[in-house]
Amino acid sequence: MTASNIQLDEQGRLKHFLSIEGLPQGLLLEILSTTEGFAPVGRRPVKKVPLLRGKTIVNLFFEPSTRTRITFELAAKRLSADVLTLNIGDSSTRKGESLLDTLRNLEAMHCDMLVIRHDCSGAAHFIASHVCSEVRVINAGDGRHAHPTQAMLDMFTIRRAKSDFAALCVAIVGDIAHSRVARSDIHALKTLGTREVRVIGPRTLIPPEIETLGVHVYHDLKSGLQDVDAIIMLRLQNERMQGALLPSAREFFDLYGLTEERLAVAKPDAIVLHPGPINRGVEIDSQVANGPRSVILQQVSYGIAVRMAVMSMVMSSAAKPEPH
Amino acid sequence: MNLDSAEIGSLLERMAQGLTEALAGTGRMDPLVVGIHTGGVWIAQRLQERLVLSDPLGSLNIAFYRDDFSRLGMHPSVKPSNLPFDIDGRHVILVDDILYTGRTVRAALNEIFDYGRPASVTLAVLVDRCQRELPIRADVVGTTLTLAHGEHIKLSGPDPLRLITHKAA
Repeated sequence: MTASNIQLDEQGRLKHFLSIEGLPQGLLLEILSTTEGFAPVGRRPVKKVPLLRGKTIVNLFFEPSTRTRITFELAAKRLSADVLTLNIGDSSTRKGESLLDTLRNLEAMHCDMLVIRHDCSGAAHFIASHVCSEVRVINAGDGRHAHPTQAMLDMFTIRRAKSDFAALCVAIVGDIAHSRVARSDIHALKTLGTREVRVIGPRTLIPPEIETLGVHVYHDLKSGLQDVDAIIMLRLQNERMQGALLPSAREFFDLYGLTEERLAVAKPDAIVLHPGPINRGVEIDSQVANGPRSVILQQVSYGIAVRMAVMSMVMSSAAKPEPH
Repeated sequence: MNLDSAEIGSLLERMAQGLTEALAGTGRMDPLVVGIHTGGVWIAQRLQERLVLSDPLGSLNIAFYRDDFSRLGMHPSVKPSNLPFDIDGRHVILVDDILYTGRTVRAALNEIFDYGRPASVTLAVLVDRCQRELPIRADVVGTTLTLAHGEHIKLSGPDPLRLITHKAA
């Protein structure tokens, strides 16, 4: 079974959300339109809806995360689900329990949904292919493979600021090679019919086969940013500096850091996205991060609504009609 | 039974009159009108025009408040709810096209109370099918209708409005 069809049920509805790859455009548009419905909930006096009342959602975080973990928690709570978060640091996996044993225990507790963050590519897919049929799985980031909810919140942010993907040129800047966000963003942008997708970064941080995904590669920031509508900056992970991939953070900023001056070649109404956490002065200048074209904090708010949409859609596929 | 837009127009006239009397009788001034997507919003819009009210129209998408999510899953998404006013202490006229089991109205009441605490809610419906399953009754009704088993009625619109009865497949 491939990653694409394990995600769908017999009716083509979203069953697990593991990667953008292999999902039809219609489903991505359904996620975006469902998100529109959840977006106003966070601004109401009562910031929750009763949709997933009585459901139990477990966040299984084998890799540290703050923003993704708390936005998944908030999304579950705003859907009225009961949510608990297991961090690997204080769970029994550390005592030697295998992933499958952890899974069987959670099933025995009648959990309805697992949200997985793991540093191994394919972890969420592995769990989805071993859970019992009632349980739903959402990938909150696996290794270098995929981070589909981040990609959908990026798409939602772009669609809110711009209109039609077919008219847009979007650039993704930085460490493409190690970024699951970049990979998921590329698949989402291509599936939604984006006119042009560019990746910009040093040769050492751009995988050689990337052009097969239908993107244009630039090694020079200024020429890559020419006339773009949206710029997705990636976080430069400090551990990359320790290998031979990059000389220093300073040098990276000199060549690829986004400054107001470099932003000037983009469209005047171009927006700047970043998945966070931001390394100010490494991949992005503070002036840009705090500036009028930055939509970085909107991304955080929309991230909750997108996760509410995905959680309700996968639980919707678990609905059981009563026989008459 | 099928109704064309002129016949629906006279039902709307009767509803507007009924609402004016009901509100005046209870001293409820300056109400807000809130329609339930999709048909209820069409009716609410027309009642709002007839009552000549200054506040904007509110609309509710009760998809997140339904009681059948575990059985049927999510309903196809319509426009999000939009209540562009503070509902606290206000008199609300809740409008739907068809009152059937009362479950939609229950969901709408729950959603309204997540926006605030209205002073009162008055329920106005175009058609009352008289088959309610919950203790929810409309204050103002355009017409009542008893359908045979397996028959359904649907409002199409927004322009022109038409009520069509059909047999379920």
